[in-house]
Amino acid sequence: MNFIHPQFSLALPEMILLGMISIILIADLFISDKGRVVTYLMTQATLVLAAIATAAVMGADVALSFNGHFIIDPLASLTKLFIYLVSMVAFAYSRSYLIERDMYRGEYFVLGLTAVLGMMVLASAHSLLTLYLGLELLSLSLYAMVGLRRDSSQAAEAAMKYFVLGAMASAMLLYGMSMIYGATGTLNLWEIRDAVAEGSGHSLVLIFGLVFLMVGVAFKLGAAPFHMWVPDVYHGAPTSVTLFLSSAPKLAAFVLMIRLLVDALPALASAWSDMLVIIAVLSIVLGNVIAIAQLNIKRMLAYSGISHIGFLLLGVLSATPEGYAAAFYYAIVYAIMSLGGFAMVLVMSRQGFEADELSDYAGLNERSPIIALMMLFIMFSMAGVPPLLGFWAKLAVIQAIVAVEYYQLAVLAVLFSVVGAFYYLRVIRIIYFDKPTERRELKPANDLKVIFIANAMLVLLLGLFPESLMNLCQSAFIY
Amino acid sequence: MISFAQTLFYLFSAIIIFAALRVVTVRNPIHAALYLVLTFFTTAALWILLEAEFLAITLVLVYVGAVMVLFLFVIMMLDIDLAVMREGFVRSLPVAGLVALVMLAIMVMVVGPQHFGMALYPAVTPHAADYSNTRELGRLLYTVYLYPFEIAAVILLVAIVAAIALTLRQRKDSRYQQVELQVAVERNDRLRIVSMPAEEPRP
Repeated sequence: MNFIHPQFSLALPEMILLGMISIILIADLFISDKGRVVTYLMTQATLVLAAIATAAVMGADVALSFNGHFIIDPLASLTKLFIYLVSMVAFAYSRSYLIERDMYRGEYFVLGLTAVLGMMVLASAHSLLTLYLGLELLSLSLYAMVGLRRDSSQAAEAAMKYFVLGAMASAMLLYGMSMIYGATGTLNLWEIRDAVAEGSGHSLVLIFGLVFLMVGVAFKLGAAPFHMWVPDVYHGAPTSVTLFLSSAPKLAAFVLMIRLLVDALPALASAWSDMLVIIAVLSIVLGNVIAIAQLNIKRMLAYSGISHIGFLLLGVLSATPEGYAAAFYYAIVYAIMSLGGFAMVLVMSRQGFEADELSDYAGLNERSPIIALMMLFIMFSMAGVPPLLGFWAKLAVIQAIVAVEYYQLAVLAVLFSVVGAFYYLRVIRIIYFDKPTERRELKPANDLKVIFIANAMLVLLLGLFPESLMNLCQSAFIY
Repeated sequence: MISFAQTLFYLFSAIIIFAALRVVTVRNPIHAALYLVLTFFTTAALWILLEAEFLAITLVLVYVGAVMVLFLFVIMMLDIDLAVMREGFVRSLPVAGLVALVMLAIMVMVVGPQHFGMALYPAVTPHAADYSNTRELGRLLYTVYLYPFEIAAVILLVAIVAAIALTLRQRKDSRYQQVELQVAVERNDRLRIVSMPAEEPRP
């Protein structure tokens, strides 16, 4: 294997992030609890710097570096930019929640940033090795963040469950990768693609490896039947961590799937497309049906997340560039909606009160009409009511599968989004038509309230003008 | 005709399979851990047959030397109730055995000789005696695999931060000795002389 001197400048965003993580880690030791806002601002500044660097190295071309372990292409750059945006919003949302719960410590932000670094590594990974390492970096940070609230036994249980099941999934993924490596003799994604296309008589080994890859990826996405951890972890984790966990890492998991299936194994498209049909149908059906029975809003949003992942997979299984673009669009839209959905819980909660039962939202309209209206937007968007953002995302993936003539699948998707509308509308009914059980004035922190309103308005505005985001997503998949 | 290396391979493989089975079936958890040590040790021997000396020694040093010793410590510190641990072993044995057999059959089908046999992967020519496995690995790690190597380092950093964040507890009520205050203390800080009028004894 010949060594080519790597082009370090392409990895500038990663280097900036890692450097800043080290600085924040040390600086935080000298910052007192009162001055913790400095750590917070440094975290946000880091993400801004990384975004500037990413925009600077971003080009229309595809560039490899580090002997094929690293790639810069439009998909990688766009995903990174959205990851920064979503993570910044997630950190901003969590600040007041953390202060109220005595969790406002430097480690929260450091672990959050290392998770972002893991997602960046995943986004521009170009070998099985970097994909796996990026995933581990992301997952390890998330396990710790889930368990960060040490006085809560629920959080400890969630962290333990997430860790054990996550380790299992990583092992499955790794086993699948070892099979692919055994059959092709290379770790580089494009070399794998070429070796598979040549056909080496190893198709059984490849399919065997693909099954394990699929299990690992489906687990990380939280798709049925590998979804069992999702409701427990979302419920048990502190709400600010749930908000982070359910938004940006889904984008990273989506890229992981695209890199593995589309970049490395396009020749097996007919095989993985069939597997994805099963996973997608199970996710959409299970997610939407079980969500109806949930009385805890975090669990309800978790099951709704499972069904959204099912919709996302519809785009991927069509195995066309339009389908991938639709799925990418869905991933971004889901991240934005999920931020809003869990931010509802943050807005309603206060010290000593988590506001995670549906009944806590009764008559919210009488207590704060503006927040109630924003929640209405987010719920309608998740249900897929036009002209909000969620509608366009659902429309895009359904168009993608109709284009490849999966009509039954399209009908099923539409049917179950109607079933899903039931529980979103129930939240709205509770907010607008139930009698409030408490009349205390709702006083969320100012920054929380402003970002929440901005988030909900974004759902509305992007819904009114859907083309720009859609075009951006399509530009990532032009080959 | 079976060569000497092949004889060694089959010998070590047989020991690995036996030891790995004993890890799950043996009653005493200490014995299970020791069988796991044996598994690692013989695996290291297999790696030496593959000319991966550095990795083999690392396996012995890290897994046998560090990880398994920690394992043994933890097992000895926990009060393990063997009866509870064995509960359900016989009941779930048929199902678990069936799943294991099916997995084994599939794996033999896939990883068997028709895909990874000697015909497809001929034996590599052995390296000369002065070939340094360690130097070659180091060269690769710092050139071709530089980027993954750095990420692995970051993962270790995250593991340290996470472990400290999850376990370090600072007691709010603990008191520290502040030597400079002790030295600087003056008599007037500690002692106050109050002049009181002398009391007359009651009659």
